[in-house]
Amino acid sequence: MEFGPYLLLACLEGAVLAAVLALMASGLSLVFGVMRVVNVAHGEFYMLGAVMAWVVTSVLGGGAVINFVAALILAPLIVGALAVLADVTILKRLNYDPERTIVATIGLLYIIQQLALMGYGPEARPVEPPFNTRIALPWVEWGEGGISLYFPWGLSTTSYKLFVIAAAVVLLAALRLFMTRSRAGLIMRATQLDGEMATAFGIPVERVYALVFGAGAALAALAGVLIVPIQQAHYLMGGDALLLSFIVVIIGGLGSLAGTVVAAVLIGMSDGIISVFFTPTLAKIIATLLVALVLVFRPQGLFGVRER
Amino acid sequence: MLKIEGLSAGYGAAPVLRGVNLRAEAGEITVLMGRNGAGKTTLMKAIMGLVRAEAGDIDLDGADLAQLPPHMVPRQGVGYVPQGRRLFADLSVAQNIEVGLGAGPKDAASRRAVRAEVLELFPRLQERMGQRAGTLSGGEQQMLATARALCVRPKLLLLDEPTEGLQPSMIEAIRQVMVAMRDKGLAVLLVEQRIDAVLGLADRVSVIEMGRNAENFSRAELTEPENARRLRGHLGV
Ligand SMILES: Nc1ncnc2c1ncn2[C@@H]1O[C@H](COP(=O)(O)OP(=O)(O)OP(=O)(O)O)[C@@H](O)[C@H]1O
Ligand SMILES: [Mg+2]
Repeated sequence: MEFGPYLLLACLEGAVLAAVLALMASGLSLVFGVMRVVNVAHGEFYMLGAVMAWVVTSVLGGGAVINFVAALILAPLIVGALAVLADVTILKRLNYDPERTIVATIGLLYIIQQLALMGYGPEARPVEPPFNTRIALPWVEWGEGGISLYFPWGLSTTSYKLFVIAAAVVLLAALRLFMTRSRAGLIMRATQLDGEMATAFGIPVERVYALVFGAGAALAALAGVLIVPIQQAHYLMGGDALLLSFIVVIIGGLGSLAGTVVAAVLIGMSDGIISVFFTPTLAKIIATLLVALVLVFRPQGLFGVRER
Repeated sequence: MLKIEGLSAGYGAAPVLRGVNLRAEAGEITVLMGRNGAGKTTLMKAIMGLVRAEAGDIDLDGADLAQLPPHMVPRQGVGYVPQGRRLFADLSVAQNIEVGLGAGPKDAASRRAVRAEVLELFPRLQERMGQRAGTLSGGEQQMLATARALCVRPKLLLLDEPTEGLQPSMIEAIRQVMVAMRDKGLAVLLVEQRIDAVLGLADRVSVIEMGRNAENFSRAELTEPENARRLRGHLGV
């Protein structure tokens, strides 16, 4: 394959990663933005989403489409409910103290991981995608007869990968509308800006926190469900995802949804492209270097606002 | 209306308020005075439930505010204009008003009525509904903070140094709103440092010193030069 088609292929792979990453990182960013909690267990909610997708699929045993739709609805709900429980039993008792909650969520990470190992086992298990048509992609050629389209061998993607990208775009747009237009979004933003004043105007801040923590986990779980037909569910899959989410959220600016999405595209695309042309390790090295540069020259992130 | 008895409160181990008594009546402006650090803001926060009362009662028309979860206090009809305004800076003027209305009337029709009524008091806000609250001028921010509190449709209005850092015309505007609210029958509890601003306005003045009651003056008492001099003495001016 020539360079051009190869690049297109890399971009598509990158876009799938960017889509999943944007969903997951916006959950992390939402939780930090509103609650000032750095949720180290966020990757485990992603893993739980993938594992739950497998569980729902094997319990239901219906057709691939029905199984997948059920997983897409049930897994985020179950994981979100677990997160609400963790919030009420652990984080609330720590008064949402920024430092102690970091330690607590590290503990939560290991608890969830070991429970998954005990309950689900060490195997990686696949979930069948609801649809998986191979779509050959055209490429242009400048020949003697002018521009012509042709289908290079090996340049293809699947309908499911395109669906993941489209689903992430729709979900993120919905999230943005929810935050800027709905009454619940207004309450979350008021709580984020000044929790004490939110309380003084009748907002039950602790209930908002519990729901935000649940919603953040549900977003990670959603990302997990979307990725599992491509990647398989494994009890250790949360680690890399967490690292990439942190990278995205730091580059984009903690608490900024727009920044998170832009950074996810940046990291996802460059990861895809560099992995295809060089090695995945180089992609991680460059991403981490980028974080270091952002931290040195623009600590609030590309889109973040300086703390007032 | 508001009856505080033996209130002790503070932050962590250090007590700030040590057995404070205070009353605020409907249709009156009660002014709370005291030196910097006396505990005026802490008292306001204790009424709002933002600082936990360790001892004592905070009774508002028979409801003990100290026993309520903090977010239920505004629903009892308490509007709070905090020191330093504390607006939701990244939200628009309209959204700040919306947050205030959230603690106000439940049904949409009376919400709209309250909103219209409040905005009528502050025409300048009406022209700036889409602007971010953080970009308003100091005077406009104070108007918005007051409007937000009035959206709760309070029977008790708390204002913590609302005229701090404002030019005279703004101070006059805020003062007129306070007088209008008093005449509507609200209990107004005002923290104010400047004696000249207080003398013509207050129906009652309570002075606290180091977290304890020092002295109370009625409007009539303040007209006597001797009492005005004593008040100045408490405040060290
Ligand atoms: N969050 C806090 N944590 C610990 N101590 C506090 C806190 N807020 C206030 N204090 C202390 O409580 C005391 C009373 O403070 P408060 O703000 O109530 O005073 P004030 O009368 O409102 O003063 P000012 O006129 O300067 O506004 C002060 O000694 C202050 O340092
Ligand atoms: Mg004060």
